[in-house]
This record gives sequence, structure tokens and C-alpha cells, in this order.
Amino acid sequence: MELFTNQVLAGIATGAIYACMALAVVMIYQAIDHLNFAQGEMAMFSTFVAWQMMQWGIPYWGAFALTLIFSFVGGIVIERALFKPLAKAPVLTHVAGFIALFAIINSVAGLTWDFTIKQFPSPFGSSPFLGSQLISTHQAGMIGVTIILLVLLFIFFRYTRVGLAMRAAASMPESARLVGINTSWMIALGWGMAAAIGSIAGMLIAPVVFLEPNMMGGVLIYGFAAAVVGGLTSPLGAVIGGFLVGVFENLVGTYIPGVGNELKLPIALALIITVLVVKPNGLFGRAIVKRV
Amino acid sequence: MSTVQDVSAAPAVAAVPKKAMALGPLASLIILALLIVTPLFVKNFIIFQMTMWLIYAIAVLALNILTGASGQFSLGQSAFYALGAYTSAILMEHVGVNYALTLPVAGLVCFIAGFLFGLPALRLSGIYLALATFALAVAMPQLLKLGVFEHWTGGVQGLVVTKPDAPEILASLGLKVSQDMWLYFFTLAVTILIYILSVNLLKSRSGRAMMAIRDNEIAASAMGVDVSLYKTLAFGVSAGITGVAGGLGAIAVQFVAPDGYTIQLAIALFLGMVVGGVGWLPGSLAGAAFIVFVPNIAEHVSKGLSGAVFGVILIIIIFLLPNGARQLAYLAQGLIGKLRKH
Repeated sequence: MELFTNQVLAGIATGAIYACMALAVVMIYQAIDHLNFAQGEMAMFSTFVAWQMMQWGIPYWGAFALTLIFSFVGGIVIERALFKPLAKAPVLTHVAGFIALFAIINSVAGLTWDFTIKQFPSPFGSSPFLGSQLISTHQAGMIGVTIILLVLLFIFFRYTRVGLAMRAAASMPESARLVGINTSWMIALGWGMAAAIGSIAGMLIAPVVFLEPNMMGGVLIYGFAAAVVGGLTSPLGAVIGGFLVGVFENLVGTYIPGVGNELKLPIALALIITVLVVKPNGLFGRAIVKRV
Repeated sequence: MSTVQDVSAAPAVAAVPKKAMALGPLASLIILALLIVTPLFVKNFIIFQMTMWLIYAIAVLALNILTGASGQFSLGQSAFYALGAYTSAILMEHVGVNYALTLPVAGLVCFIAGFLFGLPALRLSGIYLALATFALAVAMPQLLKLGVFEHWTGGVQGLVVTKPDAPEILASLGLKVSQDMWLYFFTLAVTILIYILSVNLLKSRSGRAMMAIRDNEIAASAMGVDVSLYKTLAFGVSAGITGVAGGLGAIAVQFVAPDGYTIQLAIALFLGMVVGGVGWLPGSLAGAAFIVFVPNIAEHVSKGLSGAVFGVILIIIIFLLPNGARQLAYLAQGLIGKLRKH
């Protein structure tokens, strides 16, 4: 039993990483109806920017805030420059665009900061949390930040004018335009917010997985898996999905023989496909009814 | 709570030519002649590169059948490519089957795998399917490394494949054909065969059914097209052809290893299709050329930034030539037509 609780705790700790990433994935999906394959790279780049600012002597929280602003503006710029002209293009072109973005960001980051692994500081420290060896203060802090982020997003989408307008623009663009919402800018705003949330995720993940240009590869897949489990339309679902995926991954690794580290990605694959086939809307997603 | 959405007006794949997915006879003959004559004048290394070019062209063509004809996405073609490569390599090295005979087997294995993967994938569309296949491609190298299959697959080390010699009958006729040269012409023959089969497939009843699904799924099913059958079939055929390409790739490179078949390969094949023009089969050659030669060019421009150069070239293509090489070909055709009139 102790092994079980320990593994669940450890799973929740890693799950926080996936939850953060899933939140960013859902955010962009809400705004543009697409999954951004370059999301992980954007987060990685933001994290490097934060690291660079700290190297220049800016204190952690200053760098944190500046990085948020940088990512927000960066997301909007990418949308305006690259994806707005493609708004009417087929999905295929968008996917190609995401891939191009992925290649460019990865390569530029690699050239600027090279591929050696870097330490990234944590604002929460890394001592054991409440005397538990399994969960560090950083991981506890991460869970806390994720939950705060979720609450803020909930308030934003539920009670603010802009949040409501964004939801309207995403679910029914035509009608939203008719009531005077600038849907085009809502999409740009969605990109900006997704980039900012992604940068938070990146800065929280970096102390755990270390900072390097390819750090997001596996995390992004798990973020996708978490988002799919929770339902691509629900931020709450994404966070819960993230924790579930983390716990599931750990329990499967502990109790099913033969499943070690080498099968981690296939587990994510199996999870994605099972959920998509059995319950395509995820645990908390809305069913989308299409009118013929 | 449910949200009602109108069925999206934009199809997954836009502006695919309705009829001609192939080239006219004259253009085909010119390209064929070039493909036959060029290797006689170049070095072995270039012949090898041309072989890889043809192999990728087959794989891009396979993806083109899936996306261009039936309107489904796949970012997971590298998984089927790997499966084909491993099937060929294991048959050649462990069972001792002749290399040419391993290709149909690789195709069949991948057809079955693709058909089975197509069954759950059926329920997904657009971006979800891209996601599922993306996960497949990411998971494949790890599956290949599994300890359970290590006896057959060689685990992380992979397998070394012997390069086939030209048949002795050529030597007895007094023709000296190097291994590379022979492999090139062998690949060329397979490519032509697959190209002709694909063109005919798309012209047939099944091909028309697939295209009907691509253009309007609901209308197609109302007309009596068995949507699920043709969608899975397209997946199977595409995977099968990719498997043949994978088998050829294993023979040409003489080596299979899990890390040779990462998501990078799947992305490259996807880009090849976009660059070549979705739904235009001859574009596969142009797309494959992009995959094989552009990374080299990008590396010449700037070594550290090769990825960025690659991405920028891709973005330029998306913006200037959204229909890829097909658009160029049509432009050229229009120009030639004008010149003739004068």
C-alpha cells in the first residue's frame, strides 16, 4: 500500500508538468481549432529567454514577468505574420506551417544557446515537501501554480468581456462577428495567451528536465495525451488529464512487468488512441454536434 | 451541453484537381528518359542519392494516395516505413529470402498493419488523426527497441543488410553494372510499377469512391459509397506502398536501426507531399527531391541554422506556391501553350 501511495504521489508530481503543457495546448485549440505542433518549441524558446535574462542579472520574478510579456507579444506576432494570411488555407497547410515554425525555433535556439544542458533555477527550491521524499517543494509549487493558473483562466473565460468574446469567436465565428466581436484579433489573443501559458509551463518544467533545445519532445506528446484524455475543449479537463496521465504512467511502470522507461512513449500513444476511439471528446470535453 | 457547428466549409484538402492526378504521356516519357539516362553519367554516390530520391518518392506517393485521394492525414508514415524496412531486413538476414521477394511481403505486412490502424483511425478526422498518427510515429522507435523482439530486430544496434549484386546474366552479356547502378534501376522499375498501379487505382471505381469521400463525406455515403471500407482501404494501400519503400530503403542503405525511423522521417514525407502538391502524383518526385536535396542546400547556406533555413524555405513555399510543384507545372504548361499559339 505504501508503494502505491508513493507512486501516486510521484505520478501527481510528474503529472503537474503534463498538466501545464496540456493547458497551453487546450488554450490554442480553443482559439484556433488546431493543435499547435510547435507549442513545445515556443515554450522552450521562452524558457531560454528567461534563462538569458537571469544570466544578465535580472532577478527570477523580474525575468519571469518579462518572459511572460515577451511570449505573449511573440505569440501575437507569429499569428499576425504567419497564420493570419493562412486563415482560409486548408488544415494541411496549417500543419506544414506548424512544422516550419518548429524547425525554425528549434534551430535558432540551438544556434543561440547551443545544445548543452543548462540548469534552470526554481523559485520554490528543491528541498523535500512536508518531509516527504517523493515530492519536492518545486513540484508542490508547480502543482500550486497550475491550479492558480486554472482558476485565473476560469475567471477570465467566465466573467470577463474579452474572455466571453473569445469563447464566442471560437465556437461560432459567424454569429460572433455579427454581434460585433473582432474574431480575427480574438485568435491573435488566443495565440498570445497560449504562448504565455506555454512559457510558464516551460519555466516550471525546466528545473526538472533541464534546459536544452530538445527538452520539450516527450513532454509535448504527454501534454497532447493529457489534453486528449481531459477533452480538448476543457481547461479543467486538461489539468485533470495531466495528473491522470502522470499517475497512470507511474502505476503502469510499477505494476506491469516489462514496462520500464523504454515503453513510456508507446504508453502515451496507447492512451491517446484509446481515448480518441472510446471517448473522442475526452472526460470533460463538450460534444460537438455538426449541422449538415 | 453541446455546441452546434456547421460542417466546415473548407475541406481538409483544397483545390485538388478533379480528374488528372497524373501527367500526360509526353511529359511522362521525357521524365522517364531522364531517369534512365542520368545515372549512366554520374558518380556512384550520386546514383545512391538518386536511389534514395526514388524511394522517398514512392513513400510520398503513398501519402499522396491517403491525403490527396481520400482526404485523410498521416504524420505517422515513418512507422510503416520502419515496419517495411524491418520486414525486408529480417527476411533477408534471418530467413535468407531473396531481396526482391521481400518487398511484396513487406508491402503485405504493412497493408495489414495499416488496415488495422485505419480501423480506429476511422473515427478520427482532421487534426485528431494527425495527432494519433503523430503519436504512432513517435512511439515506433521505442517499440522497435523492445527487448522482446531483440533476437529478430537486433535491438538498438539494428541489423546490417547485404547489398545485392547485379544478376549474373548481365555480366555474361558483357555489361558491367555496379551494385549501386543495379539497385538504382531495380528501384526505378519498382517505382514505375507502383506509379502505374496507383494511377490506375485512382482512375478505378475505388479511386473515385475515395475522392468522393474526400470532397464530401456525407454526400458520398448518401450515394452508397461504403465510407468506412474505403477509408480503411486507403490507409492500408498507403501503408502497404510505404512498406515497399521502406524495404527498398533498407536494401539501399544496407542498415536498419530504430533511430533511423523517427518522427523526423514522417515529417519529411509529409513536407514532401505538401511541396510536391497534394493530390498530384508526379509531384511526389518533386517533393522527394525537396526532402533529399534541400537539407544539403540548407546546410550549405548555414551549418548551424540548417533547420531554420529549411523552415523558411517551407514557409516561402506555403505562401508563394500553396499547391506546390503542381502549380509550377501548370504554369509551365500554360506558358508552353501560349508559345505554341504565337
